[in-house]
Amino acid sequence: MGKRIGIENSIAAADAIKMANVDVVAAYPITPQTHIVEHLAELVADGELDAEFIPVESEHSAMSVCCGSVAVGARTFTCTSAQGLALMNEIVFITASMRLPVVMILANRSLSGPLSIWNDHTDVMSVRDCGWIQVFADNGQELFDHVFFAFRVGEDPNVSLPVMINIDGFIVTHMIEAVEYWDEEQVKKYLPDFKPVNVLHPDQPITMGAFGMPGIFSEAKKNQNEALLASKPHIMKAWEEMARLVGRKYEPVETYKLEGADTAFLTMGSFSETASIAIDKLREQGNPVGQIKLRLWRPFPFDEIREAVKGIKNLIVIDRAISYGGPGGPVASEIRAALYGEKGMPAIANFLCGFAGRDVTPDDFMKMYAKTGELLKGGRTIREEDYILYGVRE
Amino acid sequence: MESLNVYASRLVTKREYFAPGHRACQGCAEALAVRLVAKALGSNVIVGSATGCMEIVSSPFPFTNWNVPWIHVAFENAAAVITGAEAGTKALIRKGKLPDKGTIFLGMGGDGATSDIGLQALSGAFERGHKFIYVCYDNEAYMNTGVQRSSATPFGASTTTSPSGKAKAGQVTWKKNMAEIAVAHNIPYVATACSSYPFDLMRKVEKAAQANGPAYIHILSVCPTGWGLPSEKAIWIGRLAVETGVFPLYEFEKGRYKFTVDVPKLRPVEEYLKPQGRFRHLTPELIGEIQARVTKEYEKLQAKASML
Repeated sequence: MGKRIGIENSIAAADAIKMANVDVVAAYPITPQTHIVEHLAELVADGELDAEFIPVESEHSAMSVCCGSVAVGARTFTCTSAQGLALMNEIVFITASMRLPVVMILANRSLSGPLSIWNDHTDVMSVRDCGWIQVFADNGQELFDHVFFAFRVGEDPNVSLPVMINIDGFIVTHMIEAVEYWDEEQVKKYLPDFKPVNVLHPDQPITMGAFGMPGIFSEAKKNQNEALLASKPHIMKAWEEMARLVGRKYEPVETYKLEGADTAFLTMGSFSETASIAIDKLREQGNPVGQIKLRLWRPFPFDEIREAVKGIKNLIVIDRAISYGGPGGPVASEIRAALYGEKGMPAIANFLCGFAGRDVTPDDFMKMYAKTGELLKGGRTIREEDYILYGVRE
Repeated sequence: MESLNVYASRLVTKREYFAPGHRACQGCAEALAVRLVAKALGSNVIVGSATGCMEIVSSPFPFTNWNVPWIHVAFENAAAVITGAEAGTKALIRKGKLPDKGTIFLGMGGDGATSDIGLQALSGAFERGHKFIYVCYDNEAYMNTGVQRSSATPFGASTTTSPSGKAKAGQVTWKKNMAEIAVAHNIPYVATACSSYPFDLMRKVEKAAQANGPAYIHILSVCPTGWGLPSEKAIWIGRLAVETGVFPLYEFEKGRYKFTVDVPKLRPVEEYLKPQGRFRHLTPELIGEIQARVTKEYEKLQAKASML
């Protein structure tokens, strides 16, 4: 087993990428992704990491370089946030459709405007439908573990899809935490060499990225969707093996104190830990509250969500993005879709909060719980368009 | 010399790396240029293509015209994609995961993909110094989408977004000089070429492949469809572009410019403009203006070529 050290989470993530023996890193600077990429550049400069570090002139080129690099069979990493993701958006979608297993850490930050460097989930929600495997890590340890997970799952010849690890910018990226490193043996055991299904090589010429006429386009989209759905068992296996190897078990949907609960918070990312503190307090006060944490965003864990909410009357979904003029938060909207028509579907309260790094404390979660109680008093239901922008000054 | 050019095609390999059966228009000199570039590079190459005519005509799934490994990702990023392939290959060779075959990396795009939307990605790739060749197939407008103007469209040309009308005589700006922009990046090799001069073109591609760093070739690729020309006139008009000095053929190497096709006496620009539908509306005054500009630019290039 590796050692447990106090370290900035970004540095730990970069170390994990080094331990994964990455071949190419292409990235463009953007806050709060910077520390991860800076440390990778340092590792290359010091000769500790044998990789091509490509300081591209934009995020659009970062993802494009990644496509070329994976296409020749090189293990490839990039990292960005918010505007960077928006700029590379076009290529993010194509990467998935071409089944190129790039690994990207997205240090979540709010999408402009107004310009803000702080954390929320407006960036990732803008690429909800990009076709990548998307997971959320709540802390440094989870980020570290998921670097190996991402390469293993994405590069698996049965999957061959890009993987995005979401981590809250600043709130997690810049935090110093205790991270248990893997040792070399563990990495070797867990992460096989990258052996892509198709590579660009003169010995066996292939054409990648041919264009699709209407006659085949729908079939191509169906294949792509099926590929993403079919990644699920490989995701599960990768988490199971990780549990055996390092003793930490991850699930698509994780729960906390859900037993006997009639109300549950549904959270993603670092807010999960904060909400847990509130749940402990609420439980102490005798309130039957539990928590559902959504780790796997794509492919969406329908079965696990449906299972988790069984017996829950009120579900409080926390969103950190807004769909302007739409049904509130994107997460709540998907949860409602997943539960629609289910027997005993819970009432869903949707709180939109924590935009651009605004603090949401355990106390705030307790207030949201109280508010939900008020909203649902006397058997009232919450209508779909009812969402609350929490903590906003009027 | 002229008869040599007719018969010498037998000296060129019969192998086709850009195979017949593509869907380019009749008389497409761009498809010819692609074919010649592919012939010059042979089989040990990886090609990264931008979106555009040449991508569309050669890769309608499940068909391909490419007998060499070929990748297309998007419009503006061919230089980034191909340099990613180069960097990935370099890393794999260094780490002992791949034998070094000396593979050539070729990025390609049209004038829009190169001098407009893809200029930033190309500049970045030049600056980073990857060992790759980038070829711009310049047909002087966005032909694939229906002849819209680009920054490579010449002054006076009528296109669908720079139409000649009562108030305006077509394109009102002068053609962006991409080769000079490439030279400004201090890369080891830059050249202009035209598929009407196949041996000059192929020799330049071979030289570019030898360059120790980025190489750029700007190929004037006559488009009969977009230029308003009968398809059998494509090669002829390409020659006129060179003989009038509109598109001089030269190379830039080790800090020096060198003309590769000598034109002892330039023909009047009018001879080049007159046969083309896109210039049909030009008045003698405008033709005079173009002539003055062409002469001036040509003299500038001559001055540079005469510098030791």
